[in-house]
Amino acid sequence: MDLITREYRTVTTLSGPLLFAGKISGGSLGEMCVINVPGGKKRTGQILQLMGDYAIVQVLQGTSGIDSDAASVVPTGETAKIGVSTDAFGRVFNGFGEPIDSLPHIIPARYMELTGLPMNPASRQKPDFFIQTGISAIDGLNTLVRGQKLPIFSGAGLPANELALQIVRQAKVAEAESFAVILGAMGITSREAFFFRRALKETGAMERTIAFINEVSDPAIERLFTPRIALTTAEYLAFDKGYHVMVVLTDMTAYCDSLREIGSAREEIPGRRSYPGYMYTDLASIYERAGRLKGGTGSITLMPILTMPDDDITHPIPDLSGYITEGQIVLSRSLNRKGIYPPIDVLPCLSRLMNLGIGKGKTRDGHRKLADALYSAYARGIDVRRLVTIVGEEGLTELDRKYLAFSDEFERRFIGQGLEERSIDATLDLGVELLNTVPERELIPTTRKG
Amino acid sequence: MKEIRGRIYGVAGPTVVVKGMEGPTMNTVCLVGKDGLLGEIIRIKDELVTLQVYEDTGGLSLNEEVVSHALPLSVKLGPGLLTNIFDGIQRPLRKIRELTGGFISKGVKTPALDLERVWGFEPLKKAGESVSPGDVLGVVQETARIALKIMVPPGVSGVIKEIKGDGVSGSEPVCVLEDGTGIDLYQDWPVRMPRPFQYKLPPEVPFKTGQRVFDTLLPVAEGGTAIVPGGFGTGKTVVEQTIAKYATCDIVIYVGCGERGNEMSEILTDFPELKDPSTNLPLSLRTVIVVNTSNMPVAAREASIFTGITIAEYYRDMGYSVALLADSISRWAEALREISSRLEEMPGEEGFPPYLATNLGGFYERSGRVKCLGDGERTGSITVISAVSPPGGDFSEPVTQASLRFAGSLWALDPDLAYRRHFPAVNWLASFSLYHSELSGWFRDEIAPDMMDLRGRLYSLLQRQTELKDIIQIIGVEALQESDRLTLEVANMARESFLKQSVFNESDAFNTYEKQYWMLKTIFSFMDAAASALKRGVFIETLLESPLRTRIIKMQNTPNEGYPKAAEELIAAIENEFSMIEEK
Repeated sequence: MDLITREYRTVTTLSGPLLFAGKISGGSLGEMCVINVPGGKKRTGQILQLMGDYAIVQVLQGTSGIDSDAASVVPTGETAKIGVSTDAFGRVFNGFGEPIDSLPHIIPARYMELTGLPMNPASRQKPDFFIQTGISAIDGLNTLVRGQKLPIFSGAGLPANELALQIVRQAKVAEAESFAVILGAMGITSREAFFFRRALKETGAMERTIAFINEVSDPAIERLFTPRIALTTAEYLAFDKGYHVMVVLTDMTAYCDSLREIGSAREEIPGRRSYPGYMYTDLASIYERAGRLKGGTGSITLMPILTMPDDDITHPIPDLSGYITEGQIVLSRSLNRKGIYPPIDVLPCLSRLMNLGIGKGKTRDGHRKLADALYSAYARGIDVRRLVTIVGEEGLTELDRKYLAFSDEFERRFIGQGLEERSIDATLDLGVELLNTVPERELIPTTRKG
Repeated sequence: MKEIRGRIYGVAGPTVVVKGMEGPTMNTVCLVGKDGLLGEIIRIKDELVTLQVYEDTGGLSLNEEVVSHALPLSVKLGPGLLTNIFDGIQRPLRKIRELTGGFISKGVKTPALDLERVWGFEPLKKAGESVSPGDVLGVVQETARIALKIMVPPGVSGVIKEIKGDGVSGSEPVCVLEDGTGIDLYQDWPVRMPRPFQYKLPPEVPFKTGQRVFDTLLPVAEGGTAIVPGGFGTGKTVVEQTIAKYATCDIVIYVGCGERGNEMSEILTDFPELKDPSTNLPLSLRTVIVVNTSNMPVAAREASIFTGITIAEYYRDMGYSVALLADSISRWAEALREISSRLEEMPGEEGFPPYLATNLGGFYERSGRVKCLGDGERTGSITVISAVSPPGGDFSEPVTQASLRFAGSLWALDPDLAYRRHFPAVNWLASFSLYHSELSGWFRDEIAPDMMDLRGRLYSLLQRQTELKDIIQIIGVEALQESDRLTLEVANMARESFLKQSVFNESDAFNTYEKQYWMLKTIFSFMDAAASALKRGVFIETLLESPLRTRIIKMQNTPNEGYPKAAEELIAAIENEFSMIEEK
């Protein structure tokens, strides 16, 4: 850092979360600034754009109460960084990495840049290690592997957080000693924050967890930093310390809304639904940080949760996420209404890396064929269900009735497992059992052998 | 060398504004800031010059120096491209890994190819011979699969004074002409300038993907273009990768443009182990990978498809058939949009710049089957197959629509098929191929006289099935006429056995045209025999319960070599069994 502190009392414009300061000499893109507000707390800002002699600074805490004449901007000469250490296990921080559990600051082992560097595609280790989540709809049909990014697409009022915690709890057992959890929460309600803190304690996962929580009432711009803080910490644990880190980010919808807020304050040309045109790239800079490195022992598995506005999977947030992530777990309102937990709508679900993590020596030989057969039978059952509403049960053939019964049983028993933790063998055996009710020849070319 | 300097005046996202440059040239590269980040001039307005920067601009400060040598953005062409993996501006990613470890640091400088490496060279020309552009001076065995031809670069000709005999490297010319011009092992070529050829040839030969639904139903010609649009999870990437693995061609250029890193690691791990079905040599020996994942700098993503197609043209010029697989062109368009919006250009539809279609056309039209420059009557081709990622799966958006103008084949992917795990999830009715009439001569001569008829029958069968399904929605299956129920069942058989193809089933992953033809032939033999049995008064149920049906669906499991024998046996069995069934 410079010995002479440069202080600019040249604020010209304040607009939403943005501050424009003139006559800046020096200053670099992405540099952090301190904003001195007379009579108030110091605020934190980051330079978003430089043009000529003025800088656009986004203020984390917002610009409310800033006096343009009296306030000053002090560039720190530093980019956004976070101090990381394994001492952070069991701790709770706010969305900007400051402790909120009434304990002192941690002593960082290292400072790391929040933006991170892109992982070299040639350095990536192919993800192929099966993680048993204990949930049939995931293990059996949309298998999760280490280093994958698999989001949960939820709707308002659906139990995405519960599901994520169940996965964390059950995966913990399989991953054993080197397991770590990072929670990055953006714009969650105080009720949800309470739920996470309590649930993590109860499952005994807390001593392996680092939580970064930005609540609805916290500054909206802080949310843009939270996932990056979570992932930078995860990179430290995974690639410096060899942990298998599972990162849960919730709720990406709140993150995207903050991104939109900045975009519109900068008067950028808006993209679909007013979200910025670069949202794909921005989300990618978060999601793509999942993975494994060649020659390394650790891994980052990412499970972002997002709320689909109006359950619309074509909304830009789930849409762009789905294009970046390696599949998706989609929750269904109608299954939830039927009391099926977890209410996973398996048809639109996908795990792109599934084939790398299953099969002989990993789960079971023939896993792929079994999953395909279940999918194909269930899809046919759903078709029949639709048909019944029009032509009635009488218009059905004998075979159609079998599929109808299959799809009901499949939802009730295979998907709707409740809080039970199922081994992969139990999941696959159940799949084979259910398939027995539909004629073999209709499932060709798949086989029913496990 | 001309050298001009300026200073950074502004930084916004991937663009940098520079002040104080004298005589800058459009689309030439600059080194930006103390780390010397690579940038390209994309606008000159009065005294301000705007650059798109191919690396992360975070940390750039005002007044840092910018240097230009007035050279266009170019790629290095020569031996060592194959088996390699580059980023969007041809930086070698394996080499970078050695230098900076798991992550890509900023400002890494290393040559794209190892210029010091000595390659065995077999000269084909002698001193005293006169050569002109495109003439082959000699051959370097680049990999066990590919002999790289060292060609006289465009614009160079003369009489050979001296030519190397054996080992060559980048440090001295391979050949010197009488006028003193040296011809190097390596050439630089600007990525945005198409490489010259003699003339284009009509698309009369099919590009063999080995996938039934494409080769038979929706063929693309060698030198043609196909686009693969589909919402997320419909299997675009799997289609691209399957073609990269099984297509019958000499060279594959795989451009991962703004997509996932883990997918690339899959290719990098698998390709050296997988065998090219036509030569039985490792796939990596015919493959060049250009990858700019979604989290790598956005401007380099914009450049990546041009880097890819320039490399493709280089191999085309040697007379090879090249497949360029771009996944995904939408990410390229988004990079263009992002840069355009930083320039505060007037946006067109959905915020894309109005020149989207022009630039896209410039890329697609670099495909084609051509008569190459130079001696030896070489014919080379570039077939472009690009994935398109329409937001919300809505094909009416600008990138899909602009691509449709240039695409000869549309392979539209359908989420409904993907949900049922019907792969490739190609919606056969929404897709088209404009090449089938130009290719019909080839099909007739090379496969069978009735190949196109069978294809036509398959199309009408599938069309009829869709109509029948609408009717069933109203009256139920039981109420259909027996002949219609037969149509429905045969269409289902065709879907299960012919249109569905598993890349995980070794004997099914790649199909020769012969197997495709005989499978179709068998399906329609079943249909014809069943129809005549119906006419005789046999119950439809009796026909559908026949074990032959299962055998037909399992035909895909018989490997290519089993045909036509397997099909001939099955057809004989069908005719035999159906003629024996007693009337009711």
